[in-house]
Amino acid sequence: MDTDISITPELVAAHGLKPDEYERARGLIGRDPTITELGIFSAMWNEHCSYKSSKKWLRTLPTKGERVIQGPGENAGVVDIGDGLCVVFKMESHNHPSFIEPYQGAATGVGGILRDVFTMGARPIAAMNALRFGEPNHPKTRHLVAGVVAGVGGYGNSFGVPTVGGEVNFHARYNGNCLVNAFAAGLAKTDAIFYSKAEGIGLPVVYLGAKTGRDGVGGATMASAEFDETIEEKRPTVQVGDPFTEKCLLEACLELMQTGAVIAIQDMGAAGLTCSAVEMGAKGDLGIELDLNAVPVRETSMSPYEMMLSESQERMLMVLRPEKREVAEAIFRKWDLDFAIVGKTTDDKRFRIMFDGKEVADLPIKELGDEAPEYDRPWVEPKPRAEISAGDIAEPADYGAVLLKLLGSSDLCSRRWVYEQYDTLIQGNTLQRPGGDAGVVRVDEHPTKALAFSSDVTPRYCEADPYRGGAQAVAECWRNLTAVGATPLAATDNLNFGNPEKPELMGVFVKAVEGIGAACEALAFPIVSGNVSLYNETFGQAILPTPTIGGVGLIEDRTKTAAIGAMEDDDVLFLIGGDGSHLGASIYLREIEGREEGAPPPVDFDAERRHGDFVRKLIIGGIAKACHDISDGGLAIALAEMCMQSSRGMRIDAGQGFGHALLFGEDQARYVIAVKPKEVERIAKEAEIAGLPVRRLGVAGGTRLKIEDRLELDVGEMTVAHESWFPDFMSGEIFEPAAA
Amino acid sequence: MNTTVVLLPGLNRDRDMIAALKTITGKLPQTVWQTETSLPPSDLIVIPGGFSFGDYLRAGAIAARSPIMRAVAEAAEKGVPVLGVCNGFQILCEAGLLPGALMRNTTLRFVCREVKLEVTNAKTRFTGGYSAGQIIRCPVAHHDGNYFADAHTLAALQDNGRIVFRYAEGTNPNGAINDIAGIVNADGNVLGMMPHPENLIEPEHGGIDGRAIFEGALGLTQQEAA
Repeated sequence: MDTDISITPELVAAHGLKPDEYERARGLIGRDPTITELGIFSAMWNEHCSYKSSKKWLRTLPTKGERVIQGPGENAGVVDIGDGLCVVFKMESHNHPSFIEPYQGAATGVGGILRDVFTMGARPIAAMNALRFGEPNHPKTRHLVAGVVAGVGGYGNSFGVPTVGGEVNFHARYNGNCLVNAFAAGLAKTDAIFYSKAEGIGLPVVYLGAKTGRDGVGGATMASAEFDETIEEKRPTVQVGDPFTEKCLLEACLELMQTGAVIAIQDMGAAGLTCSAVEMGAKGDLGIELDLNAVPVRETSMSPYEMMLSESQERMLMVLRPEKREVAEAIFRKWDLDFAIVGKTTDDKRFRIMFDGKEVADLPIKELGDEAPEYDRPWVEPKPRAEISAGDIAEPADYGAVLLKLLGSSDLCSRRWVYEQYDTLIQGNTLQRPGGDAGVVRVDEHPTKALAFSSDVTPRYCEADPYRGGAQAVAECWRNLTAVGATPLAATDNLNFGNPEKPELMGVFVKAVEGIGAACEALAFPIVSGNVSLYNETFGQAILPTPTIGGVGLIEDRTKTAAIGAMEDDDVLFLIGGDGSHLGASIYLREIEGREEGAPPPVDFDAERRHGDFVRKLIIGGIAKACHDISDGGLAIALAEMCMQSSRGMRIDAGQGFGHALLFGEDQARYVIAVKPKEVERIAKEAEIAGLPVRRLGVAGGTRLKIEDRLELDVGEMTVAHESWFPDFMSGEIFEPAAA
Repeated sequence: MNTTVVLLPGLNRDRDMIAALKTITGKLPQTVWQTETSLPPSDLIVIPGGFSFGDYLRAGAIAARSPIMRAVAEAAEKGVPVLGVCNGFQILCEAGLLPGALMRNTTLRFVCREVKLEVTNAKTRFTGGYSAGQIIRCPVAHHDGNYFADAHTLAALQDNGRIVFRYAEGTNPNGAINDIAGIVNADGNVLGMMPHPENLIEPEHGGIDGRAIFEGALGLTQQEAA
């Protein structure tokens, strides 16, 4: 009997509860908790589920907007896209499990985020993933890349959602802690959104989906701790995914929702049955009583503790309208899924658990859920790095060689090896696949609309200056959506940081959130959902601060979009936003000079907005068909990517000044557009009226990228450099000298 | 014009296929669930792609033994055109309606990309809208598309014009023997193919190269004179 286990300080510590948190728990119930209750406190009060270190700061983010139907606090954010439709989306991390068991960790990360979306009644229509790995020559990196990419694909492909975008980066600071951030978006009718707030007393609580096993017990607690040498022992805390069951669960849930049987529904993610039941009860100011003997299990002799903490995948909990029981049950039988009434709602705000006729837990539900502990962690203001002037950096002798090297570097090379393992076309609505600025998916059955998706953050900027880095992540996401012609609607944030108990790292978090908030406010780009992943550290070494921003944009008329590969011969190229000048914290400085130094480029929100609005207007007006934002690697990389994707060359005058800054400077708020010759005068005139820095760069055509006085390269040669790195690396053909 | 789409748990390109058939015929296809034992009268039966029953055991193996497949076999026997795409092709092979097997891709990785297909036989009811030797574009998206058959079977396929599509030179994405992408049965009314023509049937897909397969199967194009 698990109630016989006595609670020792060691047991409390093993559950990740601090002594004061344990005392608080004891105070709430007026006695020592049972082992099941201790497990529940641990599951609900850990960082991953309670956001206890971050809540104070998350509240500062702008979350409202004209189109926002549901902001943070639900399974996913909901944004109105007109005509009775809405887009439902969120991004969530699965970092720790993916480092321990890359395939299953990544797969269940994808599974979890898809469930968050269809729990709300939305059919998933697009996925993205932002992946960060250690340096390429670290012995674990290939293994993690291979496993994570296969896991993301294995789950998403089988489930049947197109993966339309994402990021992959390498840096030594992720050697001991890779990042796997999964994004999903779904489409729903605005009048058929489902929430997790329980309503009504004495109503049946129903368990749906797959059976409960011992996998993932304590996963959320594991995700709230740093790693050390005991990591291999944590493998059993990683869940195992079954995309087939999830696909059946999706279809069953969407069918079920049409019957009017659902009062409230919540997926079982982190901390499984515990978290889902508490959320539904706490949000509805109700109690929940569960009878664990009714829970469908796939292993024998499972204890209440294990059942309450299992993170078995592909499960849901709902409050059922009792008169619909038969029709609801028939749907789940058809899909060969479990359907079991495991409890009821009560009016006493208690979370009560019965097993073998005995009460094994009796806890106050509000204090477990929305009134969980909250901290104002001490923090110190990070010192941003000093600016570096381009004039103090020597110019390279051979610009062509530099461009080829950058195109074939780990962070700028083609990600084809990765995204070809993802089904990018399924559902038949993909208009722009990975490899451009944003993924574009048409709105199913809508005559004109499409949605754009982009995931962005530049961790080296966040490391150099957390405020600027946070702001830049938002600005770049907004810019990428703009570059395909979309109007940015809203974003989700996935904040990956180190240990919040260290004031320096807490300071990095605080300033990054401040930067994100300022940018979102200025660009009218609210945060509607998100996730925080702290304690991303191994042996005390924290990751680069990585606040990933996943943005969604709306295209009203999908015949008026731009793509980076749509450039044609004789098109005239324009640079919007001024010449490059800033090399601090740039890829150029790191890859060519071997220096990770300097301040990142400043973000001017007003310029972002004006330049972006100008470009978007040209795209929507059908004038600019080809467009690319300028980001990592600067103008030369943007031009090279347009050449490679359009399979043609260009002749460019990059202007006067320091060549490396003009070509590789990462100044923000900039775009390259290609237009027909007849539009040239009009562009110049409109730019002048708008008072924007717009400069004619040159003309498209031929088979070579020629930048006057600086370089001339064959597009085929650039393509080989660009496409080779990833396959060569993964086949073991690249062995850079080991750094450690 | 009645088309029928077979539905099995775990299929996921069923909605793509339904949309494609609706676009081409102007009429929503009929659907039948795998536990049913009969099919409505159909001018074309389609088994779409996906991961039926999770592709557990082997791709298509469990689906091939579902009740509806007996009805599909009977319809095929009577000459009704049957098209299996991706998982549908795997299911048709597992059900014995087509010879050979689809093994794991030689890279051991899932692959989604556009490939080029050579129409090696333009005289089947599915390919009459193409010309012999025509190269068409078509996307693939699969983990188990590596077609294999023994030498005897390959010779029979080859000699009777039953290899309908081959991956054009240099685009074989999965290691399939003799670059085989699609084959028909001896009577020519059952076509299995790994690529996804349903994802390339309207201009917004970036091309309409896949359309003629459906139009051909439904008799909407004129068969080219021999």
